[in-house]
Amino acid sequence: MGIITWSRIRSPWLLHFNTGGCNGCDIEVLATLTPRYDLERFGCLLKGSPRHADVMVVTGPVTRQVRDRLIRVYEQMPEPKFVVAVGACACSGGVFQGCYNVYPGLDAVLPVDAYIPGCPPKPEAIINGVAALLAKLEGRL
Amino acid sequence: MSVSSSYERFFDIPIGPQHPALKEPLFLKLIVEGEHVVAADVDVSYTHRGIERAMQERNYVQNIYLAERICGICNVAHTLCYCQNVEGLYDVEIPSRALYIRVLVEELARIHSHLLWLGVAAHEIGFDTLFMYVWRDREIVMDLIEEVTGNRVTSAINTIGGVRRDVKPETCDKCLKAMDYIEERTKYYKRVCKTDPTIAARCVGVGILKPDEAVRLCAVGPTLRASNVKYDVRADDPYAVHDEVPFNVIVYDTNDSFGRILVRIDEIFESINMVRYCIKHMPSGPVRARLRLNPPVGEHLSRVEAPRGELVHYVKSNGSEKPERYKVRTPTFENLSALCEMLTSKGNYVVNIADVPVVFASIDPCLSCTSRVAILDSERGKIWIGSLEELKRLKR
Ligand code: SF4
Repeated sequence: MGIITWSRIRSPWLLHFNTGGCNGCDIEVLATLTPRYDLERFGCLLKGSPRHADVMVVTGPVTRQVRDRLIRVYEQMPEPKFVVAVGACACSGGVFQGCYNVYPGLDAVLPVDAYIPGCPPKPEAIINGVAALLAKLEGRL
Repeated sequence: MSVSSSYERFFDIPIGPQHPALKEPLFLKLIVEGEHVVAADVDVSYTHRGIERAMQERNYVQNIYLAERICGICNVAHTLCYCQNVEGLYDVEIPSRALYIRVLVEELARIHSHLLWLGVAAHEIGFDTLFMYVWRDREIVMDLIEEVTGNRVTSAINTIGGVRRDVKPETCDKCLKAMDYIEERTKYYKRVCKTDPTIAARCVGVGILKPDEAVRLCAVGPTLRASNVKYDVRADDPYAVHDEVPFNVIVYDTNDSFGRILVRIDEIFESINMVRYCIKHMPSGPVRARLRLNPPVGEHLSRVEAPRGELVHYVKSNGSEKPERYKVRTPTFENLSALCEMLTSKGNYVVNIADVPVVFASIDPCLSCTSRVAILDSERGKIWIGSLEELKRLKR
């Protein structure tokens, strides 16, 4: 493993994007970063700017209004970039499946690397998803 | 920042829909003169999912879960309002143990929501230590909610005719113990907020909303009560067992963001006492009345005091298994016009760009429930919010 790969796996920076969710997933993503669950021990850091981020954490169903912005933010992220879909809504549309303004899942819009199901997923599940993504990176990069 | 002409005095600053200071997609347009914000406009259409329409296509039981997902943070308030509404169509008596459990869970959710908000506000102020501390203690409330309802966030406790599950005696003991701890910690946070110079510097006198303005702009919830207007649905139009459970309506007369922090902290104390009262006075008996699937023809409106303010649901039934019309009016939508007022400098009152996140956070925005449709008219190249009449005209 080269030093670049090593450092990428040790410090994935996250960008959180809510595409129109109910906030349930968002507060669980935040809870994952706070002391009890402490995702930061994996080197993850929540970042505000897409240009600093390696992993985009998307919560909520993708609405028609937000789609173009989502793609633009994704394009602003430097390579290599990864997308994690958190929650039933981001995975498949969840309860909002069939609503006129909602895409059936994030993978209709962006390539997704990890899915974390649940409505909302528990923080433990989110940690598991991130750990799985990191393991995947180790093999792939 | 867009500079249309270098001679102009006013600049537009677009913020969002993805921005570090915002947890949700929102487009905020600020018009600034130098450092001062002179006008603000918000566009909340990014989270529009078409829930009201979807509710008309699903049956009453499926709609409980859809109503719950209007907003994940105040999900208990939404299901409570929805269930009361549908029960209102039937004209039935709900078992009183169920009503006590509803209030118990509602107040637990309020504690969690206010603690969550206090953390987010501390984060916006730049006081991340407080944010981490508050969220650590909030986990205890989340555990209680999980113990009582079976899930941490979307609790699905309310159902048409009562509640879905009973509360066990061991859970009650745990609840009481946890309440003592939360009370202790909240006292500490109140002391921190009152004495910390950073919080005072960032919040006192920032985001002023005068009482008459607050009433004129229909502000609701803690935003209204921090402007010294004593209005709370739980006291003024009691639902469930709020007429039996004693509590005080908290008001502050500071009219600013600091007052909004204190109102919410004091409401945590009130909610703690209400949880204790509910546990000690909970009657025994069934927790659910069984109802027919299709409610009778009619319409009903119900109001609930959600953590962010007054929440109104309206239902119209035509006797079939699906509602004919469902309408939701959420607290953040009401507070947005007050927010634009707070963000407008006038006279001696100036809003700096740096104050915007704090003022914005002070109304406890929760946009997932707030969005409306905006229609992009590509011919005329402008965006407008469509009313039903205009939509009809467009169709022709
Ligand atoms: S998956 Fe559930 S909790 Fe998450 S945004 Fe969707 S409805 Fe909300």
